[in-house]
Amino acid sequence: MPIEILMPALSPTMTEGNLAKWLKKEGDEVHSGDVLAEIETDKATMEFEAADDGRVGKILVPEGAQGVKVNQPIALLLGEDEDASALAKFSGSTPKPAAARPIAEEPAPGRRPLARPDRGGNGRVFASPLARRMAQQAGLDLGTITGSGPQGRIVKSDIEAALSATRGAPAVAPTRPGVSSLPPPAAPVPLPALSRERVLALAGNPPYTERPLTAMRRVIARRLTESKQTVPHFYLTVDCEIDELLKFRAALNAKSDAYRISVNDFVIRATALALRQVPAANASWSDEAILLWDSVDIAVAVALDDGLITPIVKNADRKGLATIANETKDLAARAREGKLKLEEFQGGTFSISNLGMFGVRDFAAVINPPHGGILAVGAGEQRPVVKDGALSIATVMSCTLSCDHRAVDGAVGAQFLAAFKKLVEDPLTMLL
Amino acid sequence: MAEDSFDLIVLGGGPGGYVAAIRAAQLGMKTALVEREHLGGICLNWGCIPTKALLRSSEIYHLLHRLDDFGFSAKDISFDAGKLVERSRAVAKQLSNGVAYLLRKNKVSVFDGHGRLAGKGRLAVAKDENLVAELTAEHIVLATGARARSLPGLEPDGERVWTYKEAMVPPAIPKSLLVVGSGAIGIEFASFYHDMGAEVTVVEVLDRVLPVEDEEVSAFARKSFEKQGIKIHTEATVAALERSGDMVKARIEANGKPLETNVERVILAVGILGNVEGIGLEGTGVVVDRTHVVVDEWLRTGEPGVYAIGDLVGPPWLAHKASHEGVICVERIAGINDVHPLDTRNIPACTYCRPQVASVGLTEKSAREAGYEVKVGHFPFIGNGKAIALGEPEGMVKTVFDGKTGELLGAHMVGAEVTELIQGYTIAKTLETTETELIRTIFPHPTLSETMHEAVLDAYGRAIHF
Repeated sequence: MPIEILMPALSPTMTEGNLAKWLKKEGDEVHSGDVLAEIETDKATMEFEAADDGRVGKILVPEGAQGVKVNQPIALLLGEDEDASALAKFSGSTPKPAAARPIAEEPAPGRRPLARPDRGGNGRVFASPLARRMAQQAGLDLGTITGSGPQGRIVKSDIEAALSATRGAPAVAPTRPGVSSLPPPAAPVPLPALSRERVLALAGNPPYTERPLTAMRRVIARRLTESKQTVPHFYLTVDCEIDELLKFRAALNAKSDAYRISVNDFVIRATALALRQVPAANASWSDEAILLWDSVDIAVAVALDDGLITPIVKNADRKGLATIANETKDLAARAREGKLKLEEFQGGTFSISNLGMFGVRDFAAVINPPHGGILAVGAGEQRPVVKDGALSIATVMSCTLSCDHRAVDGAVGAQFLAAFKKLVEDPLTMLL
Repeated sequence: MAEDSFDLIVLGGGPGGYVAAIRAAQLGMKTALVEREHLGGICLNWGCIPTKALLRSSEIYHLLHRLDDFGFSAKDISFDAGKLVERSRAVAKQLSNGVAYLLRKNKVSVFDGHGRLAGKGRLAVAKDENLVAELTAEHIVLATGARARSLPGLEPDGERVWTYKEAMVPPAIPKSLLVVGSGAIGIEFASFYHDMGAEVTVVEVLDRVLPVEDEEVSAFARKSFEKQGIKIHTEATVAALERSGDMVKARIEANGKPLETNVERVILAVGILGNVEGIGLEGTGVVVDRTHVVVDEWLRTGEPGVYAIGDLVGPPWLAHKASHEGVICVERIAGINDVHPLDTRNIPACTYCRPQVASVGLTEKSAREAGYEVKVGHFPFIGNGKAIALGEPEGMVKTVFDGKTGELLGAHMVGAEVTELIQGYTIAKTLETTETELIRTIFPHPTLSETMHEAVLDAYGRAIHF
């Protein structure tokens, strides 16, 4: 009997994805481990490997299909001794998960999953009919919402909270009117969504070309809006003199061709060591407690043609400059090809965004939740500096730390930046 | 003198207090309940239950006057007011004994007396001014309820001018009656006494009867009452009540015009006051606002370890709201995870007049005022087979939906047995169903509940039978 190949879940929260590309045609032979297709999720494009040997009998979901539900059959695989006539007899079976296996599905070790509603163990999301409809109307993925109803069921107020987080509307108060004879509180009047029509009207209908929203673009929009509106950001800036660092870097790079260390690699290492020295800055806010992370995993923003992604240098405090250099080079290259594995870009404890290569002097970055901070790195440039009352010239790199004030206070941020500056300005200490 | 320590003490044995106590005991807390008068509180002894017993009598009396409609004839139909009251009291007594049994079964220690807070985690119980017990507990839940409000110049005298309490045990049915206030309590008494043969006049200060109900339901009910012969004055106040002989002369100002009416009895039903006095709130962190205790969503007062539930904390003044608050309060204290604050928009309200009125959620007007684009559905009882068969074609069901999301915002019903039907919409609201699920639900035929389905269909332009 033909084997059904099912749409894989490439992450625990994935409910649907796009079938970006078929790498096998009908009739092609398939061996376990062959890449069958590329699946695009809201986070990345991933290769999908076959788990069985056989021949592609029929492709059920065409290339380019959007919103394919997890566990939906996408193709039929014929066994070695079956021919196409087996397909005619086949009328589908109960979904059999894991007919093929995704490349990456193990969660990163050592990280406890964040609190999620009970999904019933089979990927089912419990939500009230009203919550489902509101989520559908607002284009919200129920899988990204934490339910507060009975047994973690997603209810109306959860959708309203998610919407107000993304739209900046005031959160809806619980419905208790208090003790006076006030009428029940007014229901929220949802703000109008930012429809194309509305934007055109606001802009005065100028001509335009349209670029469709990719899954990644939607995620960037949602997560960063949520961050900027729900995370209380504050910003601290230091100027670091990096003449010593540049000399040291040139000397190191001259010693071998096995690596090429960039200024950003020094920044990653200095950040990681500074977080180790000031562990309170390596923290995330949760409603129950501030979580101080055991490891220092640095997410490094990499610009892509149609967005950005943040591959992670794990345990960066325990890696040498050459290792960091090679790792970031590899991660960035694979990020641009859309070939990162899930655990290579999900998670992290702190982020770095560097726009120095574009000549940006100084900027403030948006925190990537649940991280407690992000360091925005500007260009190293020659600036006049005053030293001991005399004017001189130094290569100065401005770095601005954005902190989640719920988890990281000003003094902690300042301690971190002081430690960071000391390491950057005295790069030999980075080797300790 | 008894001295004992508990995990939790409940002060007040009404539907808020006794339910809280039983739930606490179920959760393994050593629980005490202090009650000064009757277990079951006003609801069971002087409110919901005995009035329903009386209203059952008046319903039967009304039907007896319609025997011909159903093919019967009878002569010399009469009643004994004393027996009506006796039955009502017996019903209350039976249920109060039932509460005592339930508390015993759940091993709740019941203290007979007047309790008052006496320092942190302490409650003193007095009987006839003598201290009979000193109880201690980490958690004390106040559930002392409320009592009838009186207006200046309109004080009850217990003889000619009644509150609900005297109105429930009439020595005889008065020939004429003035009811001041047309909320649930006033209208139920108006309906009862009218059906028992009294000439009833209702005075309401607002512009409609049952003023918290949907405007259309108010208007429907008023029309029905007036057709039955109840006189109704809205936007009217009683300026003075003067006793003259066996009668009371009421000077009424209706729509700015003075009116005078002579009645045998007056019932005052102009709202309630929280019982905040004499329970030792002075000097504690408990905040009282206009006779009600201020609490947060978990029923905590401003004093750590002291909670308040039910009528004492404010409207809606409903037994089922008090019981739910008791459960929420106690479960929260017990540290149960899956506890949720009360959602006042999902509390049904029932009035047992003839025709009955029941509702849950927002009225059409309040929904519009809240900014919803509403879809409204109606269905009259005249389009329902069961209503016609019962001889109860007078009634109407109204639904209010959020046109955007399909959320059922409110449901409003008037007609026979609607108080038994409203729970269907309440479940729907609690589960957050939209019109889709309600439309797909199969309602049994022939029942009055089919009107509920049709009222949903009508909101979406799909009613079948009208």
